[in-house]
Amino acid sequence: MKKYVKNFKVVDNIRMGDLYGLLKLAPIDGIMPDMLPGQFVQVYINCRDTYLRRPISINFVDKLRNELWILVRDAGKGTHHLLQVQRGDILNLVLPLGKGFSIKQGGKILLVGGGVGVAPLLLLGKILKEQGCLVSYLIGAKSKEDLLLIDEFAKYGVLYLSTEDGSMGEKGFVTQNKILQSDFDLIQCCGPLPMMKAVAKIARERHIDCEVSLENMMACGIGACLCCVEDTVSAGNVCVCKNGPVFNTNDLKWEN
Amino acid sequence: MGKLKVSIRGLELKNPVMTASGTFGYGEEFADFFDLSRLGGFVVKGTTLNHREGNPYPRMVETPSGMLNAVGLQNHGVDYFINNIYPRIKHIDTQIVVNVSGSTVADYVAVCEKLNDVENVNAVEINISCPNVKQGGMAFGTTCTGAETVVSAVRAAYHKTIIVKLSPNVTDITEIAKAVEAVGADAVSLTNTFLGMAINVETRKPYLSTITGGLSGACIRPIAVRMVWQTAHAVNIPVIGLGGIMNGRDAIEFLLAGASAIQVGTANFIDPTVTIKIIEYINDYMLRHNIDDVNDLIGGML
Ligand SMILES: Cc1cc2nc3c(=O)[nH]c(=O)nc-3n(C[C@H](O)[C@H](O)[C@H](O)COP(=O)(O)OP(=O)(O)OC[C@H]3O[C@@H](n4cnc5c(N)ncnc54)[C@H](O)[C@@H]3O)c2cc1C
Ligand SMILES: Cc1cc2nc3c(=O)[nH]c(=O)nc-3n(C[C@H](O)[C@H](O)[C@H](O)COP(=O)(O)O)c2cc1C
Ligand code: FES
Repeated sequence: MKKYVKNFKVVDNIRMGDLYGLLKLAPIDGIMPDMLPGQFVQVYINCRDTYLRRPISINFVDKLRNELWILVRDAGKGTHHLLQVQRGDILNLVLPLGKGFSIKQGGKILLVGGGVGVAPLLLLGKILKEQGCLVSYLIGAKSKEDLLLIDEFAKYGVLYLSTEDGSMGEKGFVTQNKILQSDFDLIQCCGPLPMMKAVAKIARERHIDCEVSLENMMACGIGACLCCVEDTVSAGNVCVCKNGPVFNTNDLKWEN
Repeated sequence: MGKLKVSIRGLELKNPVMTASGTFGYGEEFADFFDLSRLGGFVVKGTTLNHREGNPYPRMVETPSGMLNAVGLQNHGVDYFINNIYPRIKHIDTQIVVNVSGSTVADYVAVCEKLNDVENVNAVEINISCPNVKQGGMAFGTTCTGAETVVSAVRAAYHKTIIVKLSPNVTDITEIAKAVEAVGADAVSLTNTFLGMAINVETRKPYLSTITGGLSGACIRPIAVRMVWQTAHAVNIPVIGLGGIMNGRDAIEFLLAGASAIQVGTANFIDPTVTIKIIEYINDYMLRHNIDDVNDLIGGML
């Protein structure tokens, strides 16, 4: 899939609580590159405190309005600055990067997301639904305020929610949610590493295929620097930015 | 359009802008962004005799105006390069330089011997300066005898242009430059990364799996410019300048300091098209300053 360095105009910056924002971006030249769910962009953040670009998942592509959505969590210097952009500002992106999630043609799929890790699951759910899959979402967060884009997810699948404080959905971690006891053809997961490892473990015990999206530290994002490697069963150290960020957990050397 | 051609002792570059080893993959990674044949040349990832897995993750951390890396020369070995990668890139109409690393002198020689017959590779860049491998690497580049031993052995084995990439982690880089010139290096490139380190104060752990790593990016530029200027005065062979070049202005600065060509490294991560902008900037600069031939800029500091 051809990669571009492209300028986007900020169409909207929707603040969601203290920590999150949804940025809606339109390509200046009007031409939206083809993208797949699970792929990501490298954003240039024009601020004194950052040097390299920052990798951010493709949250959604609104074909009708010709908008690319990214969901950003304030995690430090760069993302904090990124969340301050205003309507009309220009952002420079390198995109689309990496290989996305696999797209099943039908079947029962569970999409598990935690925190800002829900980001890539929106476009994924839409595409899977279009392919005739039966999509369920299991979304977990600390509290109600951290459950993002719930209404959007509801358009493409059945929602199961977990919050650690019980303020919405089942109380506890996603891994404790009853829906994980049901049968699925594939689980696709993105969130904090401990969550993904726990989900992978359950999937393995229940003989369900499982894909996760990794967030290794990146410099180039295009497979040129070999900084972002993950040790795999099939090929040793591979670049998460190029061979991932999505991996089948059978290929990862996660303990237990 | 001014004259942009430069020559590195037999290695003809259509312009002085190259890319630095380890920051440009095998060129292919950038093919979507621009026509690679517009480059003066590109230097591929550090290549060793045998496959190397490199260092464990994490391998990088951002630092003020730069980054530390500890990749550790991950590559599939020279045979894989020749049989699998080279056939895919050999048609690109630019100079392809192979960066060579080893743990022993025999390793360097074996890799260079194999590269002799690779038609469209007209030069090797001997990396005696990698801070990220335990054996060899930088060890050869920090003493005159170490550097001489590697370069004279490679000179006997390799028939095309030999560029020696120097480590900045030495007391006097000009001593090493003079030593490799004396045993037959055609050119020197400098600098490689500076040995550095960063600690996460919250977790009290080092950011890199190897604790120390190589510092690159804009933050090293003034030191690199100084070293290029000193080295250009100390040797008679061409000097290729690099270290923190982010834009056209920075590239000109290195030429004025005495570099016959420049390499762009970390900046490729921030703007994959930066090299093309640098070439265009050099051209505009020459027009603005009434300079017909880029060679007139080399060492042109007043
Ligand atoms: C493929 C991929 C997709 C991602 N998608 C999203 C997304 O859709 N939305 C979102 O908000 N974030 C996403 N991230 C994480 C995001 O890239 C980091 O939060 C961001 O780089 C932090 O930059 P900063 O300048 O704000 O933080 P810094 O000030 O640089 O660091 C603050 C903290 O963030 C951590 N951090 C820095 N870089 C990364 C990184 N690459 N991955 C994880 N943690 C990091 C640091 O370890 C540190 O603890 C993604 C990361 C990857 C690799
Ligand atoms: C991720 C990374 C990998 C590198 N790998 C190599 C390598 O394999 N061989 C080598 O000679 N130099 C390597 N270098 C050093 C660069 O080629 C260059 O000398 C250095 O980064 C300074 O230039 P810069 O500041 O423009 O990046 C690497 C640098 C980085 C950042
Ligand atoms: S971030 Fe450079 S190879 Fe993945």
